[in-house]
Amino acid sequence: MNSKSISDATLVSQYIQGDEPSLSILIKRHQQRLYSFIYSKVYDRDVTEDVFQDTFIKVIRTLKRGNYNEEGKFLPWVMRIAHNLVIDHFRKNNRMPKFNNNGDFDIFSVLSDGALNAEGEFVKSQIVQDVRAMVEELPEEQKSVLVMRMYNDMSFKEISENTGVSINTALGRMRYALINLRKLIEKHNIVLTN
Amino acid sequence: MAKLYTENPSDSNTLKPKTETINFLLNYSKALNVSVYKGHKFESLIN
Repeated sequence: MNSKSISDATLVSQYIQGDEPSLSILIKRHQQRLYSFIYSKVYDRDVTEDVFQDTFIKVIRTLKRGNYNEEGKFLPWVMRIAHNLVIDHFRKNNRMPKFNNNGDFDIFSVLSDGALNAEGEFVKSQIVQDVRAMVEELPEEQKSVLVMRMYNDMSFKEISENTGVSINTALGRMRYALINLRKLIEKHNIVLTN
Repeated sequence: MAKLYTENPSDSNTLKPKTETINFLLNYSKALNVSVYKGHKFESLIN
């Protein structure tokens, strides 16, 4: 008898009675539809393969345990199982998202080690040099306050003690130093980014 | 006769499970044995 002419229901009942080749026919008959159905939802070959396998494991277990009822048709029942497993897959993924480096999204654009690459290091050293050169152009009083605060990491109290001016004067000099630095940046048309 | 410029997407043929998956399922089915004891069903995999 030609396997194509045997109905799903007959194959299922034959399989339940222990005829293993019937399962092979059922799988081969519906594999493409089921596989495409899963793939259309998950868009991932490996996940599709997993869900496809889990679907049929469930089908096999249900049939062997005698829990299958003939109310509906075989394929819609299998599709329903696959659909539920796809939902399970997405639920599981929501709890533990998985990122694939395919297409336009690259996980490494989000996760970085924070270290600069060679170009970044070069740009950074250029910026440091530029800033240092501009600091040299500041009036002496402003320059000394800025150097003590930014490069020597001194507090304004320490700066005032060191230079013999009040804290407020040191603060004022720092303020003017920053204003003048901004002016110098504009004047020299320097871009300070990294 | 008019030329046909419609082509079926080649993907439709390749959307199939791997042979390994099918073989696994068939072997799993052969190995799975469900026995009933006092109304309880027990599954065993006999390889």
